[in-house]
Amino acid sequence: MRLRSAIKLASTALTLAALTLTAQPAGAADTVDPVADAKAFKKFFTDKFPKVKLDDFVNGPYSMNEDMHRQWEEKEQFPPYEFSLEMGKEMFSKPFKNGKSYEDCFPNKGIGIRQNYPYFDEKEGKVITLELALNRCRETNGEPPFSYVRDEMAALTAYMAFTSRGKPFDIKIPNDPRALEAYQKGKEYFYTRRGQLNFSCATCHVQSPGERIRAEVLAPALGILNAMPIYRSEWSGMGTTSRRFTTCNSQIRGVPLTPQDDEYRNVEYYLSYVSNGLPISGPGARP
Amino acid sequence: MTSTGNGFSATRRLILQGAGAIALIGLGNLPFLASALAAANDKYPEEAFKAKSETDAIKALYGKMPEASDKVKMDAPEIAENGAVVPVSVTTTLADVTSISFLVSENPVALVASYKIPAGTVPSVANRIKMAKTSNVIVVVEAGGKLYSATKEVKVTVGGCGG
Amino acid sequence: MASTIRVRATASGETTEVQALIQHPMDSGFVKDAKGEIIPPHFIQQLTFEYDGKPVFSADWGGGVSKDPYVKFAFKGGKKGDDLKVSWVDNKGATDTTTAKIQ
Repeated sequence: MRLRSAIKLASTALTLAALTLTAQPAGAADTVDPVADAKAFKKFFTDKFPKVKLDDFVNGPYSMNEDMHRQWEEKEQFPPYEFSLEMGKEMFSKPFKNGKSYEDCFPNKGIGIRQNYPYFDEKEGKVITLELALNRCRETNGEPPFSYVRDEMAALTAYMAFTSRGKPFDIKIPNDPRALEAYQKGKEYFYTRRGQLNFSCATCHVQSPGERIRAEVLAPALGILNAMPIYRSEWSGMGTTSRRFTTCNSQIRGVPLTPQDDEYRNVEYYLSYVSNGLPISGPGARP
Repeated sequence: MTSTGNGFSATRRLILQGAGAIALIGLGNLPFLASALAAANDKYPEEAFKAKSETDAIKALYGKMPEASDKVKMDAPEIAENGAVVPVSVTTTLADVTSISFLVSENPVALVASYKIPAGTVPSVANRIKMAKTSNVIVVVEAGGKLYSATKEVKVTVGGCGG
Repeated sequence: MASTIRVRATASGETTEVQALIQHPMDSGFVKDAKGEIIPPHFIQQLTFEYDGKPVFSADWGGGVSKDPYVKFAFKGGKKGDDLKVSWVDNKGATDTTTAKIQ
């Protein structure tokens, strides 16, 4: 009799203990699971647009609208980013004043590596984007940095993207809590509403891809960075990822951050990771 | 020698007046003459590119008005992705095509481009044009000395002229 | 300095297809800058393509042609390795010319 009640007591205690241990305290973050995120992200878009091939998502609004797709095909015959691409190629092999060149700053001389950016630098503990790496290369070699948004930076990233055309995004998140944190922060930025219009990136690019916001057809978030840098008809010129992030903030009547600020680099990290497997299509043309 | 009669002086006066007028006209036209000589047969159709309406532009270019023809096939988008760069192309089965022109009725200058098609060149052109706003795009084809056209409305939601 | 003209000419059977992309602002003269002042007109007025010394295509352009203008056409004749000469003159009197090989 006493044994049975003792066992009962023990098992109740154990159950209670087990429940306490497994129960999550209110407000604790869910485990960061980029693999699950990426899978869910892709599934969301392929479910929403069953007729669009996975790789086609990298074509942004053109994958969402037939009339626009035809206009884009015509432009791609002899694309408007051609001149920027040429300039980028020339710049890339031209040595700095100290005799070194961009080739010395990057693995494989900078050819065919764009799909690995951004990456998490474990020594520094931060996300390194391609644009940041290019300016660091310049500064290390005694050259002044370029503006992050256009012209030379766009030309250089256009060339580097071109050498990686067709290669799938291959962003790595090392097993380092700081990397996971940067990824998670990027994800949070993406889903946080801001600005007078109170839009998050997701408001347009997850909730409403293929639909119109005033005059523009919205691009899906899946593969949205694969075509960077882009020649936009709206800009009548080239622009980088930095340019797009800052102008987007302004367009939703928010205060744009400084190009390559932590938040921007983190969101680029997140967006690139969830598009892993989709091919680099840059440089690209957009409305 | 002094003039002896009315007739004489009147004629002289007329001739002098005439000569003076010609001289004035001649001087005034010198720059026109120079550019015309420079351009030879391929004179840039200055007047056509000043015309505001497509009717005036077509008259200035060809001296006549076109008739609509389904043998002129224009390819243009329903809604331009951006008015700054609207791809428009045309092809035709008409014979003896000598000229193809593109006009946008609502543009500040209606005439956008005019192409000369020598014998042996396929009567088909693709180009990228600016559209200030939703407008008719008109393609005119001169074939066998006659004028044909096709028209299509292209919607523009973002103006192509910088706005 | 590198030419502003990029040409792709491809011979295919009896015809040669030509595409050209030219680096030029093509300012119409109707657009204002950030200060509210008109950007003066600056656009290519005439563009010619010559094969075997004869014009095979020519364009009269106005400011309504897009920036970095593009044109595509085809002509009968032309073989791989032949030259195609392309030239333009703009409203300021500036010119550029290039000779491309038909592929």
